[in-house]
Amino acid sequence: MALLIEKDFGTKANTSTQIVNLEIDGKPVTAQAGVSVMHAAEKAGINIPKLCATDSLEAFGSCRLCLVEIEGRRGTPASCTTPVDDGMSVTTQSEKLLRLRKNTMELYLSDTDSDEALINFAQEFGLDSKQGEIRYDAPACAQDKDQTNPYFTFDPSACIVCSRCVRACDEVQGTFALTIEGRGSASKVVAGMAEGFMDSECVSCGACVQACPTGALVENDVLAKGVPDKTVLTTCAYCGVGCSFKAELKDDELIRMVPWKDGGANHGHSCVKGRFAYTYATHEDRITKPMIRENTSDPWQEVSWDTALNFAAKRLKDTQDKHGIKSIGGITSSRCTNEEVWLVMKLIRAGFGNNNVDTCARVCHSPTGYGLMQAFGESAGTQNFDSVMHADTILVIGSNPTDAHPVFGSQMKQRLRQKNKEGAKLIVADPRAIDLVKTPYVKADYHLALTPGTNVALINAMSHVIVTEGLIDAEFAANRCDQKSLSSWTDFITDPMNSPEVMAPITGVPADDIRGAARLYAKANNAAIYYGLGVTEHSQGSTMVMAMANLAMITGNIGRPGVGVNPMRGQNNVQGSCDMGSFPHQFSGYRDVSDDATRSLFEDKWQRTLDPVPGFKIPNMFNEAVAGAYKGMYIQGEDVAQSDPNIHHVEAALRNLDILIVQDLFLNETARFAHVFLPGTSFLEKDGTFINAERRINRVRPVMPSPTGKQEWEVTQDLGRAMGYDMDHESSSGIWDEIAGLTPVFANVSFSELDKRGSVQWPFNDDNPEGAEIMHVKEFTRGKGNFVLTEYIPTEERTNRKFPLILTTGRILSQYNVGAQTRRTENRKWSAEDYLEIHPSDADAFGIGENTWVSIKSRKGETSLRAKISERMTPGVVYTTFHHPESGANIVTTENSDWATECPEYKVTAVRVTPSNHRSDWQQEHDLTAKPSRQVIVEPAE
Amino acid sequence: MGNAVTINAVTIYVPCDAAAVSVGADDVAAALEKEAKLRGIDINIVRNGSRGMLWLEPLVEVETDKGRTGNGRIAYGPVNPEDITSLFDASFLKGGDHKLAHGLTENIPYFANQERLTFARCGIIDPLDLSDYEAHGGLAGLHKAQAMSPDAIVDTVAKSGLRGRGGAGFPTGIKWKTALEAKVDQKYICANADEGDSGTFADRMLMEGDPFSLLEGMTIAGLAVGATIGYIYIRSEYPHAVKTMRRAVEIWQDADLLKDKVFTIHVRMGAGAYICGEETSMLESLEGKRGQVKVKPPIPAIEGLFGKPTIINNVLSLASVPIILDKGAKFYEDFGQGRSRGTQPFQLGGDIKRGGLVEKAFGVSLRELVEDFGGGTRSGKPVRTVQAGGPLGAYIPPSEFDVEMDYEKLAEAGAMLGHGGIVVFNQDVDMAKQARFAMKFCEVESCGKCTPCRIGSQRGKETLDKIITGQDVEDNLELLEDICELMTEGSLCAMGGLTPMPVRSAIKHFPKDFIGT
Repeated sequence: MALLIEKDFGTKANTSTQIVNLEIDGKPVTAQAGVSVMHAAEKAGINIPKLCATDSLEAFGSCRLCLVEIEGRRGTPASCTTPVDDGMSVTTQSEKLLRLRKNTMELYLSDTDSDEALINFAQEFGLDSKQGEIRYDAPACAQDKDQTNPYFTFDPSACIVCSRCVRACDEVQGTFALTIEGRGSASKVVAGMAEGFMDSECVSCGACVQACPTGALVENDVLAKGVPDKTVLTTCAYCGVGCSFKAELKDDELIRMVPWKDGGANHGHSCVKGRFAYTYATHEDRITKPMIRENTSDPWQEVSWDTALNFAAKRLKDTQDKHGIKSIGGITSSRCTNEEVWLVMKLIRAGFGNNNVDTCARVCHSPTGYGLMQAFGESAGTQNFDSVMHADTILVIGSNPTDAHPVFGSQMKQRLRQKNKEGAKLIVADPRAIDLVKTPYVKADYHLALTPGTNVALINAMSHVIVTEGLIDAEFAANRCDQKSLSSWTDFITDPMNSPEVMAPITGVPADDIRGAARLYAKANNAAIYYGLGVTEHSQGSTMVMAMANLAMITGNIGRPGVGVNPMRGQNNVQGSCDMGSFPHQFSGYRDVSDDATRSLFEDKWQRTLDPVPGFKIPNMFNEAVAGAYKGMYIQGEDVAQSDPNIHHVEAALRNLDILIVQDLFLNETARFAHVFLPGTSFLEKDGTFINAERRINRVRPVMPSPTGKQEWEVTQDLGRAMGYDMDHESSSGIWDEIAGLTPVFANVSFSELDKRGSVQWPFNDDNPEGAEIMHVKEFTRGKGNFVLTEYIPTEERTNRKFPLILTTGRILSQYNVGAQTRRTENRKWSAEDYLEIHPSDADAFGIGENTWVSIKSRKGETSLRAKISERMTPGVVYTTFHHPESGANIVTTENSDWATECPEYKVTAVRVTPSNHRSDWQQEHDLTAKPSRQVIVEPAE
Repeated sequence: MGNAVTINAVTIYVPCDAAAVSVGADDVAAALEKEAKLRGIDINIVRNGSRGMLWLEPLVEVETDKGRTGNGRIAYGPVNPEDITSLFDASFLKGGDHKLAHGLTENIPYFANQERLTFARCGIIDPLDLSDYEAHGGLAGLHKAQAMSPDAIVDTVAKSGLRGRGGAGFPTGIKWKTALEAKVDQKYICANADEGDSGTFADRMLMEGDPFSLLEGMTIAGLAVGATIGYIYIRSEYPHAVKTMRRAVEIWQDADLLKDKVFTIHVRMGAGAYICGEETSMLESLEGKRGQVKVKPPIPAIEGLFGKPTIINNVLSLASVPIILDKGAKFYEDFGQGRSRGTQPFQLGGDIKRGGLVEKAFGVSLRELVEDFGGGTRSGKPVRTVQAGGPLGAYIPPSEFDVEMDYEKLAEAGAMLGHGGIVVFNQDVDMAKQARFAMKFCEVESCGKCTPCRIGSQRGKETLDKIITGQDVEDNLELLEDICELMTEGSLCAMGGLTPMPVRSAIKHFPKDFIGT
């Protein structure tokens, strides 16, 4: 479409049901009580000039361009800060108002250095600065620009000090990095303590750039390439928040990404990754041609699509001929679209003829799917994101929203900061003092710095307090929950073994804090739980999900805004890839492959007989490969050789394969062991859908053509065809129609419906004609809520004298997962390597200095990183990220996993940390082999 | 202060007020002590507040058996350390005559002709002696308030006609009623002691001379609206006042006057910004933020400090509350005229013979203040104008000195009362430069938020520079008027909105200063 210019109402809308009648410029206008005169006028199509006002921010009243006259009132009040009133009569245009506005613009132009936006705007008031109509002396010469941020430039000489950037940073993002320094005529925008954007607390979310009404804050690409002229609406491909973006192009080149105001998840906000870190799509490392090689020791050969696909198909078939039908399988990716995931899943079930399909969600949120299904009957989060604005107590556990889900983190902080309406209380359960524990105007009421691996002990103790102190919601428990399970759970949870006093030494959290936090949660009108991989990636991950479900049910915190159990999904389409049924045991909609009725639906549609026996989960695939029974894999968009635990084991498995097909943008770590490389598409080239953490189905639309010449689903389809299974889809839209036809919760979803509505939250079918923002409102999907006994069983991974510290892992703001995307953008300026974070007392004890190299050794492996000494850590716990392959964080993690889903226990590894002066053996070998394994012969082999 | 009282020793008062100290009061006190010791005489020096007769500072008073009450004080001033010997020689300890003697202080016409309600104790008591405070009528208002319902307290204040003495003149009772009606868990009382207007010093004098009256007023306000925490926001340029108030707060809290109720007072020091005298900026500053004006609504009485209902009153407004509660609304209302009830502490400064504080009922004429109290200029040159109401106030020529000093009458004359400052200029003043000063002051002291104030003041100053140097005077006067109109009509708060007042009044009354050059 042409460039989409969104209507700016100047000030915020509100939800008042009270209507007032007024008159603006003689026109009768109705408005909601409490909105500004400006908002009411804009809504009525009457444009009032403004520079400091924008509807994402609170009214500020600084530019004074929106002055109006109001009958019976003195002077010329600003329409942005004047609320509407019944019977009010407003004049927005008069000779006097025009004069005041013109004179104001003249002041602006006298104070800035020929800013194009301002000059053009002034002409609306009959002030032509190019014709010398400014009655003041020319402004002082240009000031130094701040070009420290890699993505945008601040030019103070175009700044009108309207504070929109400062307010966006405060109100929208909640980082408070910007300020106005000085006063009076010396007032100016500065970042931090005037140390420049890059060295300040700025998180480069870009809200300031978006808010700036002049040319003072502009994206570097706009400066270099010009103003865009075309918009494509699409969805971010980073975390599970699923932000909607306007991709803005000029001459079909992507110039910038601007978050879309109507985006259901992000309401016009973004983070540094979504807004800026997209240039990996055109990075020189990008592989755009298919490649094959006989042996992994050979260099790669670029070949035609046909050659590559026939080579792959033959090897897959040969492998099945030799080792049996179940000797091959594949992994779908949570970063790909639903349609792409669906086709890989379909190819494996119908084409390969087995159920050896699993998704990378296996290693992140599989316990969520299992646990919530057991408790509520649905493998999905219960709320929409906006629900957080109604929460009175927020429990964040094993989740670091401001780094990992920044846009939702900002929304949560908005709720926490609301001082007048009694913003929410906050409980953070995390071994690290994450930003939320103390950030501007937010301070956690409780920071429960528990020992990694003791989540269940903590939550059981909280439930114990709530039940034994009579803080339960008896009515909810009686009416909404299964009584038998409730009764046995009550017996279990009230047992003194679950008391805070017993659990305190296990969790490392004082009993009083557990009791206090439990009361704070239970006594809130609305209490909400937000959790991440710090919950799931444990040997008791599924137990913990059910323990939290129990906690929510016993306090009645399910089924309305402000409550719920909310998984923070790590990748953009974790929810979708699970919903698609890319599981060894389940079809889409979480229906078992062993169920004959369901299976026959799929068999009818796909015209193949399907295997009723579940296939291998990812860890099984590796185990079987090491054992020699599993010989071929098709891995789409997932770098198991970096992201999966115990890399030694993963590498051994991959080396044993006769055929490994990797479909990706880059020659990733896994591709070192591959025989076929199928170039994939970035989200900027895809056409399809993602489903975010709140079950929101968002459209992904192609912004640029695929440099490979094919959509990714086409490649999957072509591989099937080469193997003799013709899927015959013509478009992503058609694939979705098949998904919707076979999956009841999607029954009414189609691309045209999504294009019309923007997005919908499933279930979207005849029972839920508008979708579902909140689930389990009247009853649970399974009927009655089910209490499962959640006994705390410690992990086998223990510290001892040899391995005295616990290593836990996570993510940082500027990088994403294995870093394949973010490392290939300017985001590396914020984080060029992974560090080991360690508490000062541990650093002292083990002789570790700031920034020095340390060896981290577990029972599984050894790697070395540089150390960062940090009070964020709890003594006894060290932390690192896994964004850089050479860091080898997963060299040291173990194969321990969740008892129910085999989700790996990334979060608990006993290690020892010692000063080091060399890279580990694995790292040295990696350094030596990584490059040769990626060698490409550019000339065609033929 | 703090000297142990010696039986039969003569009590001598030497002000600790910063104005007195600035002209040597500390040296005088030391010299007195030294001389008395030398002569073997027991004296008891009390460091009182100032009587407000600043041309007499350091004003040394000796307690005698003379006067109406039989313990009248004989005034000597201005006293320098080198005068001490001669004072002893002249038996000043018995009220002996001396070239610096002025007889009984209470009979000095400047003092005798005032109506001291708010400043009734200032200069009389030891500022930090709570029993002295009580002996002179202090705490009577609080005790009455303690026996009253919150509604009744608010009603009394409303009926007294008390209006905000900071300058805006908003009825105090209405403000209190608004906060009283808010039903929330926490409310605050804030005393605005960011007295930044040029030529004003009443807040400081009161805080240094009778700090408990402010604390009593705040405490009554707390009882009235249900606030439990009070803040006193004092400008950083008032270190003496900060010190006195901090000590006074300690004494006040230790006295535990409320018994079963709580009202905790904190003293906070500003950081040098004039704009923090504006109430919303002051709240921002109190919250630890940059002092920046906020739009109203919401008004602070509904959503103020930390988002809670907050009464912000000027020091003088709050310090007037105890006497209103003590003597009743009618007593206070009987002073003044029209809608301006009670008394106003005027502050006389600039080129004036008798500078100081004059508390009078509303309605006194400007002429009486400048000529009768002030005695004309100190330099002896003819008065050319006064600026009333601080740096944003209008210049008034002598032809209009008969104006009666109340809120409405001054507004009719195109001027304003402000915080009661009156600065006198003699014939040498260049009014174009004064107009420029107004713009310059705004340029420096604006919070920088709204455009008319932030940029308008800069351009206004530059345009006046052109006028002063004779460049395109007519065009530039027209441009200046455009700026003045925009600042008046378009500014967010009174800072930018009132800056044109001195500029326009200067042009109106003294046009030759602008086009004459």
